[in-house]
Amino acid sequence: MKEALNKLEGLFEQGRLSRRAFIKSAAALGVTATLSPVLMPSPVYADAPKRGGRLRLGLNGGATSDTLDPGIQLAMMPQTLVYGASGNSLVEIDADGQPVPELAESWESTPDAKKWVFKLRRGVEFHDGKSMDADDVIYSLNWHRKEGTKSAAKALVESIVSMKKEDKYTIAFEMKSGNADFPYTLSDYHLVVGPKDTDLSKGIFTGAYVIKDFEPGVRAFATRNPNYFKSDRAWFDEIEILGISDVNARTNALKTGQIDVMNRCDLKTVHLFKRMPGIQVMRQDGFKHFTFAMRTDTAPYDNNDVRLALKYAVDREQLVKTILRGYGRVGNDHPISVANRYHAGELPQRQYDPDKAKFHLKKAGLSSTTFKFHAAEAAFKGAVDAGVLYREQAAKAGITIDVVREPNDGYWSNVWMKKPWCAVFWGGRSTEDMMFSTAYAKGAAWNDTYWDNKRFNELLVTARAELDEKKRRGMYEEMQRLVRDEGGVVVPMFSADLAASSDKIGHGKLAANWELDGFRAPERWWFKS
Amino acid sequence: MALSNVKGIVPLLSKRIGLGLVTLWVISVLIFVGVEALPGDLAEAVLGQSATPETVEAFRKELKLDMAPHVRYFAWLGAFVRGDFGNSLANKRPVADLISWRFANSLFLAGVTAMIAVPVAVLLGILAALYRNTLFDRLISIATLSTISFPEFFVAYILIALLSVQVAIFPSIANINEQMNFWQKLYAIFLPCLTLAMVVTAHMMRQTRAAIINILSSPFIEMANLKGLRRLRVVVRHAFPNALSPVINVIALNLAYLVVGVVIVEVVFVYPGLGQLLVDSVSKRDIPVVQASGLIFAATYVLLNLLADVLSIVSNPRLRNPR
Repeated sequence: MKEALNKLEGLFEQGRLSRRAFIKSAAALGVTATLSPVLMPSPVYADAPKRGGRLRLGLNGGATSDTLDPGIQLAMMPQTLVYGASGNSLVEIDADGQPVPELAESWESTPDAKKWVFKLRRGVEFHDGKSMDADDVIYSLNWHRKEGTKSAAKALVESIVSMKKEDKYTIAFEMKSGNADFPYTLSDYHLVVGPKDTDLSKGIFTGAYVIKDFEPGVRAFATRNPNYFKSDRAWFDEIEILGISDVNARTNALKTGQIDVMNRCDLKTVHLFKRMPGIQVMRQDGFKHFTFAMRTDTAPYDNNDVRLALKYAVDREQLVKTILRGYGRVGNDHPISVANRYHAGELPQRQYDPDKAKFHLKKAGLSSTTFKFHAAEAAFKGAVDAGVLYREQAAKAGITIDVVREPNDGYWSNVWMKKPWCAVFWGGRSTEDMMFSTAYAKGAAWNDTYWDNKRFNELLVTARAELDEKKRRGMYEEMQRLVRDEGGVVVPMFSADLAASSDKIGHGKLAANWELDGFRAPERWWFKS
Repeated sequence: MALSNVKGIVPLLSKRIGLGLVTLWVISVLIFVGVEALPGDLAEAVLGQSATPETVEAFRKELKLDMAPHVRYFAWLGAFVRGDFGNSLANKRPVADLISWRFANSLFLAGVTAMIAVPVAVLLGILAALYRNTLFDRLISIATLSTISFPEFFVAYILIALLSVQVAIFPSIANINEQMNFWQKLYAIFLPCLTLAMVVTAHMMRQTRAAIINILSSPFIEMANLKGLRRLRVVVRHAFPNALSPVINVIALNLAYLVVGVVIVEVVFVYPGLGQLLVDSVSKRDIPVVQASGLIFAATYVLLNLLADVLSIVSNPRLRNPR
């Protein structure tokens, strides 16, 4: 009994158990009286979520051209507003990266993961008072599937062959091929549910806050949804999001108490910021990573020895130390982060090794070639500097890199996927399958290395439909090794997300899937009393 | 007197307004060609890294970006002449809605700044001329020239560090909104106002000083001095009115700058003005918004220059009756 209780306490403290669930389980054990008083709901416990207040977020990543259309959510400000504050998907990703029910109540699949049945939560109301049922969900998913859609989530839902309404609260999905991660797919921030036959860009959803005012890039204001279906969330009365693109302005605004939360701290000064009284700095090690993508269909990068030479020629530790100021982790030439489920921890870390780099370059017979590396600050902050450091490191291996500085403007349309070797930003994906199918599978729209590895492509399809954890892990580990040793990317580093808030803000364990607790700060956080 | 003033001005006014319209039209063509010449279009710019050929195609079709440039330009011009500014391509909102309140904000900031900066600059200029080559003259010259020599954002950060972080008297961000009343707004924009006032004062002050000193060497001032008038009276009553015309021109230029050129201050203080909208729209290739804000900026220059000329003429009878 004591053991069970300790375990419960432990889970609660790590934030894996909601307070409600904790109290319920503790009550089931019949031990509430012996509980440590700090874990029980009482005014004594300073950290207990408390209702009230206006949360003011100062966010980088908003433009005057933003919209509320869930299909075109490209920046932090609308993402935090639409997905984080006012919308829900069928599935939610919890602080441990696990899919948990949100608008769906439960789900199950056939053993080949080809057919999925989702049961919906009953009694959910939209902000306009209409109650949600299967028709709304189907309509909302079709928003990204319909003819001529410009949704960025089109690729995610393309694998759905059909959606059938079995009854008012049950939907049967049929997939093109098995997809064991389908619940993850449905947790995507684009796939929020709105009422049927309504323009989704009107911003009417089911979530914790009702959008009252949205001035793109400037300000958004939302008030608490009194009929929200989650009773242990949405603690604030009001949410105000301000677009503050200048990092110094954000920092000053937080320091002077004009906002409560800011995202993307200045790496150069965050160590000073940490020492300020009344400020807490939050670090999330998520999926965000930077790559140097080589087009494997273009000479000289079609030669794996060239790619290996360039992979051995980069000193990752130094890049993390200089470009990220230590707020990140070294990459291992594959895009799977430690926050992913099947990260191959046993795969040896690739080290900076000028001798091996020299060896591979010689083997390729290209010792005198100059490699043009295209970069711009638009790729990621410090990309050009990273290129210059890389040039110096590679020079020690006798490799000549020429760093070409590209204009920020139009980088993604004119340089990325066009130039044979360039710097790339990736927000990362919460599952291995999404990451690999987005950017490494043959023919994928964003396969920026134009990589085509037969074994990898086979494994991708098999692993996707595999429900056996162990077998699946084996396959994903092999795929990470394939990308690392034969793929077209140098992955020098994973970047941590740094946010800061006033220390009056309380929160549980932070989810790592997106910035600010998976964008859900407005819904999950609270003001301490 | 009043009638003779108006007489010389009406034909000039109509001529200048006509020329102004032609200028605006030329500018609209230049803006359109300029934005077209930039690489990429709205569909690619908005979708950014997440663009795929299909979604870009769908986007273009919806926005009619697949039509020829000249067709789109004349369609825009036709609507514009009829008073329809069109909708933003990026978020479908009417351009008039996007621009009107931001422009009002820009005017508010510029107006308040001008109310502070113009009298201060003119007064300092007169005083500097009056006490020219004294320690006082040198001090205000050094002070104002220093503030103009620092970049705006530097002045802004120093003011924030002093007046909102060290001593918390003024807010560091000036994000005014409709929920605030007039006095709250004034309080919120204190620091950006101060920053801009420091930046524009030097120019106007130096011009006032130079113009007055220039006049002070004319024979009629010598006459006034010989009559035994007090120096203050000579400068204020005799020299200053004759120095007005160059001063007015510089003030007009600075006012125009305050309306159209304060993007950096807007960014530092998170002020929702027109500058940020223009920058965002250019980077997203949102032509209707760029056109409308570009034309407003151009019109501001045209109108303020016109106003400056009119005022110069009113203040100077010699210009009214050109020989």
